[in-house]
Parts: sequence; C-alpha cells; structure tokens
Amino acid sequence: MEYITGSCLIDERAAYRNGDKIFSGDKILSSLYQHFNWQYPKFFKMDNLSRLGFAAAELLLEGWDAGAYQPQEVAVVLSNANSSLDTDYRYTQTTKDIPSPSVFVYTLPNIVIGEICIRHRLKGENAFFLCAGFDPALLTRYVGHLLEAGIARACITGWVEWLGESFKAALFLIERKETAGAVPFTAGEMDRIFKTSMPCE
Amino acid sequence: MRAQKDIFIVADNIVSPLGATTAENFSRLVAGSTGVRSQDRPEMADQPFFAALFGALPAAPYTKFEQLLISSITDALHQAPGIHPADDRTILIVCSTKGNTHLLDVDDHTSPERISLPGSAAVTGGHFGFTQTPIVISNACISGLLGMITGMRLLRSGLFDNAVVTGADVITKFILSGFGSFQALSPGHCRPFDRDRDGINLGEGAGTMILSTRREYRDGLRLRGGAVSNDANHISGPSRTGRELGDAIEIALREAGCGAAEIGFISAHGTATAYNDEMEAKAITLAGLNAVPVNSLKGYYGHTLGAAGLIESIVTLASMREGVVIPSLGFENNGVTTPLNVCRTLLRGPLDTCLKTASGFGGCNAAVVLGK
Repeated sequence: MEYITGSCLIDERAAYRNGDKIFSGDKILSSLYQHFNWQYPKFFKMDNLSRLGFAAAELLLEGWDAGAYQPQEVAVVLSNANSSLDTDYRYTQTTKDIPSPSVFVYTLPNIVIGEICIRHRLKGENAFFLCAGFDPALLTRYVGHLLEAGIARACITGWVEWLGESFKAALFLIERKETAGAVPFTAGEMDRIFKTSMPCE
Repeated sequence: MRAQKDIFIVADNIVSPLGATTAENFSRLVAGSTGVRSQDRPEMADQPFFAALFGALPAAPYTKFEQLLISSITDALHQAPGIHPADDRTILIVCSTKGNTHLLDVDDHTSPERISLPGSAAVTGGHFGFTQTPIVISNACISGLLGMITGMRLLRSGLFDNAVVTGADVITKFILSGFGSFQALSPGHCRPFDRDRDGINLGEGAGTMILSTRREYRDGLRLRGGAVSNDANHISGPSRTGRELGDAIEIALREAGCGAAEIGFISAHGTATAYNDEMEAKAITLAGLNAVPVNSLKGYYGHTLGAAGLIESIVTLASMREGVVIPSLGFENNGVTTPLNVCRTLLRGPLDTCLKTASGFGGCNAAVVLGK
C-alpha cells in the first residue's frame, strides 16, 4: 500500500510542511532561501517555476532518508495548467533584442523536474502532465501504477504552477511504507492537503 | 515481474511535410526523399534556414497545432472502426512541447486560455467526441515516447482498454530563435552521428498511435515495454556517460521480456548535436546494442520535438511490417567515440523486435520496445 509520507505547500503568502504553517511573509521564495540558508547559487539562475518547485522540494525532502533508495528508484511526476507560459512571455520579450539561451532553456515545464533531480540526485521516472486544474485522480492513478508495478519505489508528485503574480506548489512524497503522520495515498487526501492553505476552508 | 497485459498497436498515422499518412511517409522515405530544405520565412528569421516545414494551412476555426492533431487522429481513427472516442474505456493522450505557443509569434500577449495545452486537448477531444478528459504530456523531446509509455501503463493498470496517443509541434520564431541562441542549429542538412555533424534541423509534424488491450487486435504489432530516466546532471546538456539512457533501455528490455540479442534495429534520437549523439552512442553501447543497425530520421523530418517519439516509432512499425530499414540520411563517417552500426543503405529482411530512444532538455531519457 502507498502512503503520503510528507507534503509541502507554498503559495504567495506562506509555506506549509505536513499541514503546519512553517513560514509566512512577502517575497516568499527568496525569504525561504535566506531563512533556511540553502546555499545553492544556481537557485538565482532559475526561472520562477523552477525556483518554486526547487523550494518546495527542499522543504519536502528535509530530513528524508534518501539513502533508503537507489537514485533510479525515485520518480518525479509533476503537473500544472499553464506549462512554462510565464517564462515563455519573458523569452518572447528577449527575442525582440537578443534571444537569451539562459531564458529559453526554462521554456519547458519539465525543467523544474530536472532541477529537482539534479539537486537531490534522483534518476528515476519523470513525467510532466498539463491539466486544467489540480487533478489528484490522474496523479494517484499514474503514480500508484509506478509504485505497484515496481517501476519506482518512491515518488515526488504534485502541482507546480506560476503565472504572473500568482503561484502555488503542492508537492507530496509517496512511499510504500507507513511513517509517523503518513496518510493513505488517495485522491481525497491529496485534495484535502492541496486545499490546506486556502482561506475559508 | 508479474505477467503484463499485451498492448496491441491498432492503427497509426504520420502527418508531415512528406505526406499525410504513414504509407505516404514511408514510401517517400524508401525513395530517399527528405522534408528538410532551405526555408525563406521572414516572419520566423531574417536569414534562410534549413528545416522541414508545412506550407500555409487553410484558415480554420482551429489553430495550426490543433489542425495537425485533428488531421492525424482522423486518419488513425478511420483505420480503426472498432475504436470509439465516445467509449469511456478510450482515453486521448496529447503530447507536445509547445502546443499553441506559435500564437505568441503573432501577438505576444495572447491569453493563457488560448495557449493552454489542456485547452487545445479539450478542443481536439471535443472534435471527435471523446468523453474522457484528455491527458496532456509536455516533457520536452521525450513527450511522444512518454505518451506511448503512459498509454501502455494506463491500459496495463486496467483503467482503459484503448488509448489514442497523439502528438504534434509547430515550428515558430520562438523555437527557432531559441535553438539558434544555443548555437544548436545546423547551417545545412543535419548529419546525425557523423564526424562533421554541426547541429539540428527543426521540423513540423504530427503522429498518432492507437493502442488497445482488446484481443481482437492481437495480430498487430505490440508496444512491449518502456521506461524513462533522468540524468540528474544538467538541464540543457546530456549525461557524460550515457548511463541513465542506458538504464532506461535496459529497463524497457526487461519489461518487454526480451534480451539485447533480440533487438534487430534501433531508431535513435540522433539529433546531430555533438553532445546528444555522443551520449546516445555511449548508452547504446552500455546496453550491449552497439552492433545493432541504427538510424536517426532527423535528416528526413528534422527534429519534430514533442511529436518525434511518435513519428519515429511509427516509421519503425512500418519498417517491421515491410521488412525495410531506412538509411540514416547525412551519415558518412563515424563521429562518436563508441561507434554504432549506422545504416547507410536500405536494409531488407525480417524485423521482429526494435528499440526506439529519445532524450530531451531537463535531462530526461526514454526508451520503448516495439515488436511482433
């Protein structure tokens, strides 16, 4: 059986880990970087989407025993609605002058997967799905199959979206073991956690 | 590993500058025709460039990207009267790197809703009356192969009986200038795996493959296995060792239940950049497949990005049906440190099991095994 053994949410106002608000404030990504002293200069070369996914993965995986898995046993399966459109607009602006290769390389949604894989040395399955809205049914089906069929032993999955001034990340760590605080890996549990940070919930 | 359901390939289509059906495309390839030529398109670049592009498409209520998908799916469904989009056991899977981003070339403030790939997929699915919400995959240049692998997995897990896997990309000023900024474009015809290779040609196209677990299709070719890996090395440069693509190949072979000795042909990614071809040659060698005949179709189609995995897999299916392997256009002298058996002439003979590989930005790799 698969469990959600950890979660991390970041939006414009706050960051949550395993349901608890751990940080709030403006300019949240650079604040998180300084507060947690990440020391990863490449962070500042990333586009917004990759910074957001990177930050969420840092918080999600802090203290995680990555040594329990081989690099190729850990999958990363992410999703959003608007792909890399925020950076696509930015790149299009550079083409009016000198097209920027360092911006162009971020005009694919799966680059954030690549950044997370580099940082945490993960070499397993990847997939980036585009969905009109957060679709926990799709993610539980796909990731559930990866784990049940033995294609992966653990998976980082969820939602990473950035467009204009609006952004949200919700990452989940899925494993086949029940750790303290773990909840069953179901679409309902993912949806409940996804909505943690929403006002009026 | 427990017994896996067989995944039968029911129908397929390629829409490219070489033709509007798989048969048209394959006969042009056998004849040695290429879709890549010098293009004078002031709206995309100040100077002429080499690429495989469509001419102007008729005005339609759909965007160029959606027209390509619809044209390709229409032909594939026509071949498969038993596959019904309205059947809730049938899923549409759409693969693309950039979808409607070509609209940004005309108006860089085009609304997110009009560019959105889920929006395009919904429009495309609606055209045919698919009742299930389409699944959209955008995972750089492995998107097409990942779509096939995703279809295979959804069918094996019993969620659906049929998957219509389609993919397309349109070449734009956006994409052309981006690869240009990387100094990754060849000034002439691309030359995969060659000593004098100097970059890619870009190409437009669409491909569709219909997969099914239904026994009535058991006489068809099969998608036997597939796997994806990440290099965890660099977002725009491939692994130095090829180890991770090699791992994906080995896992795909294991899932297909076949040994390296059974692979009769490899359809490589072969983009004709220095780094990709070198990495891919190392990976194929690590998997023990360096003596197997291999080609890259980029010399005929250019790099069709999110459609490449589908288009090149479908050509591989035609090779198996016809017993003909297409030579790797542009290859003369070995240009990788671990030489491969790159096809220089048409090979004729029975072909039962083949491998298709792809790699992309973000460090992603994919491999699938196709066979009888």
